[in-house]
Amino acid sequence: MGRVGTVVAVAGALGAAAARATRAAVTRRRARPVRCPTGWQVVTVDRPVEQVLPAAVWPEPLRRLDGAVEVAVTGAPGGRGTELAARPRPHAAWPGLTAHLLGDDPGLLVRQALWQVKQLVETGEVLRPDRMPGERGPGVAAGVPRPSANEPPR
Amino acid sequence: MRALCWGTGGELAVRQVPDPELRNDHDVIVRVRLSATCGADLPLLAGTVPAPTAGEVLGHEFLGDVVEVGAGVRRHRIGDRVVVCASVACGACWYCRRGLPSCCDNGSTDPTASEAEWGHPVAGCFGHPRSAGGFAGSHAEYVRVPYADVGAFAVPESVDDDRALFASDAAPAGWLGAEGGEVRPGDVVAVWGAGAVGQLAARSAWLLGAERVIVVDRHPARLQMARHHVGAETIDRRDTDVTARLRELSGGRGPDVCVEAAGGPAGENLSLADRFTGRTRAPDAVREAVYACRKGGSVFVLNGGVRRVDAFPTGTVVHKALTVRGGRQHGQRHIPMLLERMARDELRTEHLATHRFCLDRAAEGYALMRDRPEECVRAVFVPH
Repeated sequence: MGRVGTVVAVAGALGAAAARATRAAVTRRRARPVRCPTGWQVVTVDRPVEQVLPAAVWPEPLRRLDGAVEVAVTGAPGGRGTELAARPRPHAAWPGLTAHLLGDDPGLLVRQALWQVKQLVETGEVLRPDRMPGERGPGVAAGVPRPSANEPPR
Repeated sequence: MRALCWGTGGELAVRQVPDPELRNDHDVIVRVRLSATCGADLPLLAGTVPAPTAGEVLGHEFLGDVVEVGAGVRRHRIGDRVVVCASVACGACWYCRRGLPSCCDNGSTDPTASEAEWGHPVAGCFGHPRSAGGFAGSHAEYVRVPYADVGAFAVPESVDDDRALFASDAAPAGWLGAEGGEVRPGDVVAVWGAGAVGQLAARSAWLLGAERVIVVDRHPARLQMARHHVGAETIDRRDTDVTARLRELSGGRGPDVCVEAAGGPAGENLSLADRFTGRTRAPDAVREAVYACRKGGSVFVLNGGVRRVDAFPTGTVVHKALTVRGGRQHGQRHIPMLLERMARDELRTEHLATHRFCLDRAAEGYALMRDRPEECVRAVFVPH
């Protein structure tokens, strides 16, 4: 593509991006009530069904979405564990803060919840990011020994 | 503590930041002894991949001492000298349990961001943007290590820091290139790139029984290292027709295994349109490897810095019945074996640390690696 073509392509792409951004902004303003996707979000948990749903109880954090999502469970082929699926119920009332944080993508929220269930079942914890420097307390001066919570007594 | 951080304008600077803290039961905190630059960081510096946000700490290849241990950690105690795998994997998911920890489902704090990037979540990495895990880097006095029982390994007493450091990333990456390319006794193996990973891929090919190992690069000093430290034959791509020479060195057949370890597009000048669309030019090394490889041979791609390419010779792959594979290192699987080989003196890596800086001068180390690759293979930082 020549320089003119490149410029036209870039201008077109920039225009399209601007249009998308505008549409997104308009969508955000109008996005109440939220539009629910119809498809299921699915993860495969490498554990048997009875470990994923012990006593047939929904695992956290899906339990917090009770009433707002449908959940389906089936054994995965090839001994790969359990296929855990969830999808937002149409016109569901989202509980608590969830409704506020939902934005216009309940599918993403459900997907994040499924990944957290999977992490909890497989590893026993939900992995937390390091806090950014601004989110933590004050720094320790360079050269000063680091206080250690479980350092053996000297 | 002090750490090498991204600035608001993408510049690097050593700043005072708060110490890391235990965030999960399986974490340990490591006091960093040595931390190395890596070619995988160069695309970040070049702006060809999404950069970390201001304040994030860089670095992923390191070793140090355990100074704090989470409640769920079983294999490590305070005072252990450990080398830490650069990627973060859980050890418990389907992929980890089948020896593919770099494909870990649970190695990222935001799997949906990783899905958006690669189609599926993959193992996280220290010192990369949050979409790659959410873990602060190792160019610092201290670093938090998640899943420490899975990703941190005690270093044998007989292996010194300068050698063990490269068991964190470069050695397992090099090993994967040779093992993943299925090097067999008697093979002719060609490796593109004479950086740390390329040299260690070449060494790994010897260890797996290759009969002839050839390294391709454009920096004479690096090629000299490959000859001297690895015993490889070399091709200087600046004045040689690489494909023709490889054919000559392999009886006209072409190498049985081709390993691409040429690193990221550090100095590539991308057009505005390419930056906008995310397109990069077809990497010479992969294309050359595909043309050079013998029929039915295998090409293993280690460089993930080039994200998307056009003009890839798909037809050549089909007509020559090639196997093309790629991967990030599976250190959780390979590091214990590599440390044993280091202890037996089968794998020597200390020559790769061509430059040494105190942490306060870490930005200089990166500038040197980026601007003068002919003399700097890896810059190593000493925080304490």
